[in-house]
Amino acid sequence: MTNVVEVRHAAAGYDGREILSDVSLSVAPGDVVAVLGANGSGKSTLIRTVLGLVPLRRGEIELFGTPQRRFRQWQRIGYVPQRLGAGSGVPATVGEVVASGRLARRGIFHFPGAADKAAVREALSDVGLLDRIGDPVSTLSGGQQQRTLIARALAGKPDLLVLDEPNAGVDAASQEAFAESLTRFAGAGGTIMLVLHELGPLRPLIGRGVVVHDGRIAHEGTPPEPAGHHAEPGHDHVHPHADEVKAGICEWAPTERTKAY
Amino acid sequence: MELLAYPFMQRALIGALIIGLAAPALGIYLVQRRLSLIGDGIGHVALTGVGVGLLTNTSPVLTAVLVATIGAVGVELIRERGRTSGDLALALLFYGGIAGGVVLVGLSDDSSNSNLMQYLFGSLITTSVQDIAVIGGLGVAVLVAMLALRPALFALCNDEEYARVSGLPVRTLNILLAVTTAVTVTIAMRTVGLLLVSALMVVPVAAAQQVTRGFRTTMAAAMLIGVGAAGAGIVVSAEIDTAPGATTVLLALVAFLGATLAATVRRVLVRRSHPPVAAEPPDVVLHG
Repeated sequence: MTNVVEVRHAAAGYDGREILSDVSLSVAPGDVVAVLGANGSGKSTLIRTVLGLVPLRRGEIELFGTPQRRFRQWQRIGYVPQRLGAGSGVPATVGEVVASGRLARRGIFHFPGAADKAAVREALSDVGLLDRIGDPVSTLSGGQQQRTLIARALAGKPDLLVLDEPNAGVDAASQEAFAESLTRFAGAGGTIMLVLHELGPLRPLIGRGVVVHDGRIAHEGTPPEPAGHHAEPGHDHVHPHADEVKAGICEWAPTERTKAY
Repeated sequence: MELLAYPFMQRALIGALIIGLAAPALGIYLVQRRLSLIGDGIGHVALTGVGVGLLTNTSPVLTAVLVATIGAVGVELIRERGRTSGDLALALLFYGGIAGGVVLVGLSDDSSNSNLMQYLFGSLITTSVQDIAVIGGLGVAVLVAMLALRPALFALCNDEEYARVSGLPVRTLNILLAVTTAVTVTIAMRTVGLLLVSALMVVPVAAAQQVTRGFRTTMAAAMLIGVGAAGAGIVVSAEIDTAPGATTVLLALVAFLGATLAATVRRVLVRRSHPPVAAEPPDVVLHG
């Protein structure tokens, strides 16, 4: 079976600054892969390069067996960005935002039909927000907005979900809610690739961890367990001399925001 | 009201109503994208097109559409590259546009001040039958494009990266928005004038979003406010002999103030009928 994502010796970056220098990675159907790493390590750049949002400088990327440049089946990919696009003041309801998730499947010249509306409702009930379908997204909490974005991705019925730090700054209830959504998605055979800062409630779901450090893959395998005093319950992970702390290879990139669990 | 019996008034009214509908239908996407002032800038560029038309004795509307389109696509290409210098590049383009326009109009045979003022601030009596045909044709095209592509344009303006990952033709849609902006600016210059065109794209949207909850309802309400303000603006300006464009814009601003007031009153009433409940019980109870 062809891999869902195949990255070979990829280099990428912005404006003359190279962030990824040589990354290779395979994601097979049904895999749940967490991309871990310190701030600025290039973990977000890695998934953005896979999606074609950051130009590839060297190497190759294949999506579902097709070279990324010729890939057209975007309805197979559901992308969940870190946050809702900059709020502009023009109101939009939760339902309208989630309906955007159907565009890749429907094409831009078709107006939504019954199947589209049903998919929007189904995705919203999956993340537990069906009762907010008519509310402006600006009235939702950060965690609920994040769940709206997951619903938008799920509404397109993708085979691969790509999430960029879905639990950054999200309340515990919302973290639980979308951990359940992702578990259901993976249980149905879906493939997930997500950037994470801390594993949190998603821990049991992750099949493989990939640690990005210095533009390369520094570690790949089962998600690393916190060790020593990092593993103690209630340990608040504080690095008073953050500059001196380098992300070790086998512990997954401690930062000042990392907490033990 | 008997003024409406005159054919030139009827033409002015028809033109205004078409623009009143089309301008907010496009403007909502520009506002959503935080490009509220882009119409203004394209209006500056269109003036150079008017100058070219007057100087070469071709239809100023036609040359303005062409020059404004080139300008709008240029602005889009600068925006797409996302450099910080884009802001400065836009400023250069806009000032070049208005300065070029004033000089070219001045060089033409028909260089009276009132002629320049017509294009800058609009005029009732200048709308010819041919103008109405152009305004009608292009206005309907703008309306159809903005309504038919609403889901795609909404997704694009809401989150451009998401639109890209959805496989939408992002660049084509961006260029379409740029060209539509140029066309709308140009067809509206006869009625509201180049300097106030942008107001008709933005103010009805600003008014509508004070009282609406969703994108589709905001669009519908903005188009209603736009067409109402444009129609009333023509009639009122004819009655009290004021500039039609400025009158229309002032009426739209009145709608904005009214909507803001209504939203504020509603918020206060809602708060009064549902007094806020203490979210958490107190941690300690003090006795005595």
